[in-house]
Amino acid sequence: MTMKTVFKKTSGLTDAPTHYCPGCTHGVIHRLVGEVLEEMDILEDTIGVASVGCSVLSYEYFNCDMTQAAHGRAPAVATGVKRVLPNRFVFTYQGDGDLASIGISEVIHAAARGENITVIFVNNAIYGMTGGQMAPTTLIGQKTATTPFGRDVSIQGSPIKVCEMISTLDGAAYIERVSAHDVPHIQKVKKAIRKAFETQKKGLGFSLIEVLSTCPTNWGLDPAESLVWVKDNMVPVYPLGVYKNKEGVK
Amino acid sequence: MGKVLMKGNEVIAEAAVHAGCKYFFGYPITPQSELVAYMARRLPEVGGLFLQAESEIAAINMVYGAAGTGVRVMTSSSSPGFSLKQEGISYLVGSELPAVICNIVRGGPGLGNIQPAQSDYFQVTKGGGHGDYNIPVLAPASLQEIVELTKAAFDIADRYRTPVILMGDGMLGQMMEPVEFGERLDKEQFKKEWATTGTRGDGGPKIITSLELNAESLEERNRNLQRKFARIKENEVRYETYLIDDAEYIMVAFGTVARITLNAINKARREGVKVGLIRPISLWPFPEKPFIETRGRVKGFISVEMSAGQMIEDVKLAVNGFAPVDFFGRTGGVVPTQEEIYDKIMSVTGGVTV
Ligand SMILES: Cc1ncc(C[n+]2csc(CCOP(=O)(O)OP(=O)(O)O)c2C)c(N)n1
Ligand code: SF4
Repeated sequence: MTMKTVFKKTSGLTDAPTHYCPGCTHGVIHRLVGEVLEEMDILEDTIGVASVGCSVLSYEYFNCDMTQAAHGRAPAVATGVKRVLPNRFVFTYQGDGDLASIGISEVIHAAARGENITVIFVNNAIYGMTGGQMAPTTLIGQKTATTPFGRDVSIQGSPIKVCEMISTLDGAAYIERVSAHDVPHIQKVKKAIRKAFETQKKGLGFSLIEVLSTCPTNWGLDPAESLVWVKDNMVPVYPLGVYKNKEGVK
Repeated sequence: MGKVLMKGNEVIAEAAVHAGCKYFFGYPITPQSELVAYMARRLPEVGGLFLQAESEIAAINMVYGAAGTGVRVMTSSSSPGFSLKQEGISYLVGSELPAVICNIVRGGPGLGNIQPAQSDYFQVTKGGGHGDYNIPVLAPASLQEIVELTKAAFDIADRYRTPVILMGDGMLGQMMEPVEFGERLDKEQFKKEWATTGTRGDGGPKIITSLELNAESLEERNRNLQRKFARIKENEVRYETYLIDDAEYIMVAFGTVARITLNAINKARREGVKVGLIRPISLWPFPEKPFIETRGRVKGFISVEMSAGQMIEDVKLAVNGFAPVDFFGRTGGVVPTQEEIYDKIMSVTGGVTV
């Protein structure tokens, strides 16, 4: 009997077991980035920039050259790499605390410069690694360690919508928000990541893919409930779709 | 090229280009902005790249990214901006990446002013950012010396995989002097197998990181760093002495102040006062040897600084109690005059000592 391989590990990831909590979609998103790099055959020409947050160890998981950045600074580090090596693919992998809070300046300016890099932005509406504190993306009313009574607009302001904001910048070439909460949507996540790297390949400028993601551990929900929570609570606040596709990348 | 009349900040920039630096990421701040502007004009001519960052924080992190690819890269700032770079500098040390960072010091604390000062001495020589570390710090006293030390800074950075600080004061940055660059400095060949440039053709993935979650592993990393710092201490001490063989009192000063002090010494010598100078060129590692060698024949030391007294702590450590250490300093951007220093010499030595 001949056996046909229908599913295998992507060469875009190393063999290191990830440390992510059960049901956390960080792992899924990693895999999708790895698959895209493998399928585009650009793994050997890619330098990834890991950020600070639960994905801080992503440099051990992606099977390409990696550098680790200080909290929020990944787009600046990526700028340094890309400006020296314009023919390589450079991506950052950042959480919402990392990108939308401490690193908001770095990402806005990288986008404004039209830096030809790809940002994978994982929005789980909370700080995961430090134990579930409020992020700039925390939903109104959402309880976290630092918003124990729920996020109150009059005290903590409203969530930052990164795709909407970044897409106003001329240097932004491809901006899309996707969600990793079920299989059809996960397929869209992969497509979006691929388009972002295609954008970079064509030298069109800054690309950012925001992926709505889970944090069962800090949300206090089980993995299945977490996926439903993304669909029911996050998607209405963070509408999915393409926010910018300057050059009509297919 | 012969001798050219140039401004200190521009000499640093041109010397960096001579040393093979092709990448510069910076942010304007007085009194070093000419350096940034010079790089913006000059680097495209040598096929390099200048980029104005949105902040000093971004600039040092761009340096971090570029340094990781193995190229010679530089940034520059002045005190308030240098404070912002400390986060990135700590990461450069932790990840063992070579880069040159220039600090043209101005008066502080806070926004202070734009006059020359040396009041960042502690910040540059005692770590500055978080964690256990030291960075080589070179402090030129003339524009010609800048040429030599800028090249040395890049070599030290590559040799030890460390950031190196080039420190001057606003006076040095703003003054003009004739300088000679000589031949384009051929950089020593440094192999950078650790650089992240993509894995094509060179085996498995390379990782640049300062993260080490396991305490024992991080301690081991720190031990390695400390061993490296010890090697730097052994090999990279630089200083100059002036008339110390028969001196009864020795002045200690670096940078611009060392030049003014030298004139005060000459005047005092004419009055018969046996006074000499130790001029640290590397502020870290601090030159302890010339102090120790004067043990038993020197009556005292006078540290002269454009700060409230920072280097004096290193002088006291080097002297280790064998002689008294006096101090003269001006702060807030005030440059000590030759007369003030001369008066200090006279009051400490009691005038003629023959
Ligand atoms: C300068 C600095 N401030 C704070 C921290 C602590 N810190 C580590 S991770 C993190 C939040 C990360 O949250 P996010 O980016 O949302 O990623 P997640 O863990 O949710 O994946 C913080 C505040 C740090 N490492 N450095
Ligand atoms: S804490 Fe949250 S974001 Fe972090 S790994 Fe666990 S589930 Fe994922």
